[in-house]
Amino acid sequence: MTKSELIARLAAANPHLYQRDVERIVTTIFDEITNALAAGDRVELRGFGAFSVKRRGARIGRNPRTGESVQVSEKFIPYFKTGKQLREKLNSGG
Amino acid sequence: MAARTVTRADLSEAVYQEVGLSRNESADLVESVLNEISDALVRGEMVKLSSFGSFSVRQKGERIGRNPKTGEEVPILPRRVLVFRASHVLKNRINASLSRSSG
Repeated sequence: MTKSELIARLAAANPHLYQRDVERIVTTIFDEITNALAAGDRVELRGFGAFSVKRRGARIGRNPRTGESVQVSEKFIPYFKTGKQLREKLNSGG
Repeated sequence: MAARTVTRADLSEAVYQEVGLSRNESADLVESVLNEISDALVRGEMVKLSSFGSFSVRQKGERIGRNPKTGEEVPILPRRVLVFRASHVLKNRINASLSRSSG
């Protein structure tokens, strides 16, 4: 399912809304999550999962081809942990 | 680093502010979005949200695990796990703002 398929499904389930509004709703939700993570905040959606940011410290990496050392600077990676309810739903044989 | 936690209530508030539906309906729509995504994943579909990331379901085989406390061997049953891959847009956004503030 792509974002546009998601929007189409929601629009079909909510015929009283304009497609344009459904698009804005979906965009707003993911923008809000993105902004929170960019501020270093955590996003916790009970039953679905939690998004957080993990820090990877600076390290000396190596070019595997040449063996040459390279400085890899600190970076931040978004991380998602599946919620308990969703994890169980994925495995309930459905 | 800020330690704020964003929840459904914050997402509903954003939808309320941005789209102008009632607070109740905004909350219902946030829930519907999460449900549509969950349902697609349960059906085994991959969910791709451009400029945010993608969720996919991976099948894991059975393996032998160990109870770390007792050292006892226990089988870990085959199961389906959810994997989230952040898009480059999301990774770049996060690194652009956080590297600056901590550097």
